[in-house]
Amino acid sequence: MDKGKAVMGTGRRWAVEFSDQSTVPSSRDILDPPGFSRASQEQDDSANSRQKKDAEANWKLQKAWEVAQSPFKTLMMMGFMMWMAGNTVHLFSIGITFSALWQPISALQSVGKIFEPFKDNKVELLMPKLVFLALNLGGLALGVWKLNTLGLLPTHASDWVSSLPPPQEVEHSGGGFVFH
Amino acid sequence: MAIRVFLVLVLFLSSAIVSFSLYEDQAGLADWHQRYIGKVKHAVFHTQKTGRKRVIVSTEENVVASLDLRHGEIFWRHVLGTKDAIDGVGIALGKYVITLSSEGSTLRAWNLPDGQMVWETALHSAHHSKSLLSVPINLKVDKDYPITVFGGGYLHAVSALDGEVLWEKDFTAEGFEVQRVLQPLGSTVIYVLGFVNLSEAVVYQIDSKIGEVVAQKSMVFPGGFSGEISSVSSDKVVVLDSKKSILVTIGFIDGDISFQKTPVSDLVENSGNAEILSPLLSNMLAVKVNKRTIFVKVGGEGKLEVVDSLSDETAMSDSLPVADDQEAFASVHHEGSKIHLMVKLVNELDNVLLRETIQMDQHRGRVHKVFMNNYVRTDRSNGFRALIVMEDHSLLLLQQGAIVWSREEGLASVTDVTTAELPVEKDGVSVAKVEHTLFEWLKGHVLKLKGSLLLASPEDVVAIQELRVKSSGKNKLTRDHNGFRKLILALTRAGKLFALHTGDGRIVWSMLLKSQACERPNGISLYQWQVPHHHAMDKNPSVLVVGRCGSDSSAPGVLSFVDVYTGKEITSSDIGHSVVQVLPLPFTDSTEQRLHLIADTVGHVHLYPKTSEALSIFQREFQNIYWYTVGADDGIIRGHVMKSSCSGETADEYCFTTRELWTVVFPSESEKIISTLTRKPNEVVHTQAKVNTDQDLLYKYVSRNLLFVATVSPKGAGEIGSVTPEESSLVVYLIDTITGRILHRLSHQGCQGPVHAVFSENWVVYHYFNLRAHKYEVTVVEIYDQSRAENKNVWKLILGKHNLTAPITSYSRPEVFTKSQSYFFAQSVKTIAVTSTAKGITSKQLLIGTIGDQILALDKRFVDPRRTLNPSQAEKEEGIIPLTDSLPIIPQSYVTHSHRVEGLKGIVTAPSKLESTTHVFAYGVDLFYTRLAPSKTYDSLTDDFSYALLLITIVALVAAIYITWALSEKKELSEKWR
Repeated sequence: MDKGKAVMGTGRRWAVEFSDQSTVPSSRDILDPPGFSRASQEQDDSANSRQKKDAEANWKLQKAWEVAQSPFKTLMMMGFMMWMAGNTVHLFSIGITFSALWQPISALQSVGKIFEPFKDNKVELLMPKLVFLALNLGGLALGVWKLNTLGLLPTHASDWVSSLPPPQEVEHSGGGFVFH
Repeated sequence: MAIRVFLVLVLFLSSAIVSFSLYEDQAGLADWHQRYIGKVKHAVFHTQKTGRKRVIVSTEENVVASLDLRHGEIFWRHVLGTKDAIDGVGIALGKYVITLSSEGSTLRAWNLPDGQMVWETALHSAHHSKSLLSVPINLKVDKDYPITVFGGGYLHAVSALDGEVLWEKDFTAEGFEVQRVLQPLGSTVIYVLGFVNLSEAVVYQIDSKIGEVVAQKSMVFPGGFSGEISSVSSDKVVVLDSKKSILVTIGFIDGDISFQKTPVSDLVENSGNAEILSPLLSNMLAVKVNKRTIFVKVGGEGKLEVVDSLSDETAMSDSLPVADDQEAFASVHHEGSKIHLMVKLVNELDNVLLRETIQMDQHRGRVHKVFMNNYVRTDRSNGFRALIVMEDHSLLLLQQGAIVWSREEGLASVTDVTTAELPVEKDGVSVAKVEHTLFEWLKGHVLKLKGSLLLASPEDVVAIQELRVKSSGKNKLTRDHNGFRKLILALTRAGKLFALHTGDGRIVWSMLLKSQACERPNGISLYQWQVPHHHAMDKNPSVLVVGRCGSDSSAPGVLSFVDVYTGKEITSSDIGHSVVQVLPLPFTDSTEQRLHLIADTVGHVHLYPKTSEALSIFQREFQNIYWYTVGADDGIIRGHVMKSSCSGETADEYCFTTRELWTVVFPSESEKIISTLTRKPNEVVHTQAKVNTDQDLLYKYVSRNLLFVATVSPKGAGEIGSVTPEESSLVVYLIDTITGRILHRLSHQGCQGPVHAVFSENWVVYHYFNLRAHKYEVTVVEIYDQSRAENKNVWKLILGKHNLTAPITSYSRPEVFTKSQSYFFAQSVKTIAVTSTAKGITSKQLLIGTIGDQILALDKRFVDPRRTLNPSQAEKEEGIIPLTDSLPIIPQSYVTHSHRVEGLKGIVTAPSKLESTTHVFAYGVDLFYTRLAPSKTYDSLTDDFSYALLLITIVALVAAIYITWALSEKKELSEKWR
């Protein structure tokens, strides 16, 4: 409806109002049939819709929480897979580790999109989002930790020294046995 | 991280391969083996019978060999030990080759056709003396004339059939030296002529049947003899007197001695000292006087008469009976680039039987020896062939005015080796020419595919093998992308430089060292002089050959600069001072000529090249250049430093004086230096860190100024087993050659040399004998720098706040510690080398030259001090092998596979451009070359990789994609119409 009005704002020739105006008593032209009490139904209606909306918000929140907590399961799963993969560098462990790193990163990138369906004025999404973020960061940390246990992170002095060539020497010497 | 991944991959790959080995069909693809015999000393022809004509030769490399006279190929060959020098060779009974060796104490008979040893007799030997072998010329095969052998003071008669000693006679009397043992043909009397104290001639007559002295006569010669002797007939010898001015003919017909003196001045006017030449001519002798060779005929009564005179540079053969009691001999002399071969009758020197002129390569030098042989032509006339030995030790057969074959025997005595690059491929020479047509290329790959799918028939396998050798283009004379094609420059004892192609071992060029100052300088060593890399790209690379005029260490030196591409000498100079050491400096000038210091006997050093630019570079580093000398005799190692220019003494501004800085004195009563070693100056080290399993970091002490010294107690310097374990000990030192500081000392009680060692990066591996265990041992010592160990903070390293790459000085007295471990090793060793690669990343292999003249590749991981009995899981993953008491010898890891590098002397390794691969060249009497990949070729596809299979797969995949795409389009369309 809001959208329709926005369009209406500029150069409208004609319009057909399809909406039911009956709920607004002032604009009513025809009287209610006898025995019909509009007030009670109106009251009932509004209470009903409010109730509905609340339920929906609740449902959304619940769902949001569910989504927020979903990485926990994958986290557990990943942990188990990592434990299975062992600490040696081979195709399987590298694959597991990289998927463990990639999943949280892609999830973090699309955090807005994931919580889009639950967007509502009444739903407080900050907490689920934070939980979601925290869990994914946890997953990422797990991946990085795995990477480290595999020895693929340059966290040791050896990683930085290995590429250094031996130092030059100031003095030069030569000699040996004399030629015979 | 990339580095770690790479290293992990390298480690993974290297741990996957326990040993180097190759498949049967890969032998001979990358390697080659050449067989030589050395400079020929004696030659005996065997051409009487029909069938294979052959010549039996013995050489200075202690080889006895039978060569095919038609092609010069080796029928068979035996390399005797280094101490088993051959004194004489002969043919007995027409079927046995008899050799006398080890100063007349070993007599052996070899079967003539196949070279099997028939018998060996150890002869009684009392003291060092001349050794003489006389094998009777046997006309009747069935009759066994004894072989007479003189050696070690005893005269022996040995049966040729079974080597049994028939009798022996003692001539070990004090002062008595036997000079000649003569047996007139068909006679039963053996004359033994000797001198007592070089003043009295004694002749013994010995019955050849029983070995009893029949008669003995002696006569004192007042002037004394010089010892030079020539036997001219069976009852006459000619001797020079002690002043070398009188020729004395000693006749001993029927045991009566008679002297006949002829002053040399009577024969030749204005004569100086005379010298009797070695050829045996009947009734004639050749004497060298006044730089000319004169022929002196010996008359019936000992009267001497000059019959001919030739120029000094003439080589002669022994005389040889030709038809009708005539004897002939061959002489060869030079004239420009030609040689003249003449065969003359001894009795009538004017009668020249043969005169041939042959074009001769200048780089073969003069003729040293001639051996002549005659044969009967179809028209019943005499034909002659001559085997000549040249100054460069090469062996040639001359027949009918042409060189029938030649053998480059100089390569049997290589003294120094280096490698050089080939020229870059020029534009316009396209690779397509090598790969011929596309059709053939495809055919070749289809063949290879068949081979890899095991579908190839035996003919196909042969074709594949041929194709592999041909298509690899390994014999081209240009540089290749992988650096597999190179030149091996080998300097021989004769002073000849050879360039061998790594592809097939052929000689690309050769050059004989020349000098104005002396006739023939000896080659000493070889250095990379100019290797254009960044600058002076228009110049060809060159090498420096250091030679010396004469064998004495004070003899003046000769420098020769040789262009590597062309083999031409650029310049050569007689430097006017002696050469005791050559020090290549780590500096090059603007044309990439390397600076060299040459030390002389006076203690001065001379700078080369003599340019002002080199001088300024040298002046800049003047304070930092040191040299040291090892005195093996006095047991002192001296360190010297540059002092000043020696302008006070000479005007030479490129000459510098030195000052002694330090000495390391080994106590002469307990230690004797037997071996010293440094790192190769051109070795590339990739990293200074050594990472342990638990990420613990050790800093290698990588220094070029480290000297490994091994000493033994003087008693233990002899043969293995000559001392008891209590008497002998072996001590090794690591000495800093700048400051003279002893960094490490390790003592092995009850151990003995000889020590063979190899020094690379921060480790030394050495091989010695353990007298207590009665086994050879190998010890590894790794040296680490403690003073850098604090550099372990990651953040500082990330930010670059460390001093690990700052230049270091030996005067900072770095704290070092060592790790070492010892293992038993089952084999005796001749030499050890280590593989070297372009960047030093690839893991290393020790190349052990075994006593069997083979080369064994042993991973460095086997000699790692970190080996333990039960390595942890992480250590195992890293590739640490559980400790065993002895090093394994895996038969597949012999890099020489089925070949033997006879008389192995040294192994040289050089990197190729591919990091994984290294060139290995082994030399001795034989030459052997191969390429090694210690961690397999992880950076390239193998030769037998099937490109055709890859191509077919790609084409098939593309086709499949296209077809399925078309099908799916069609199906989609029909779905839409439905």
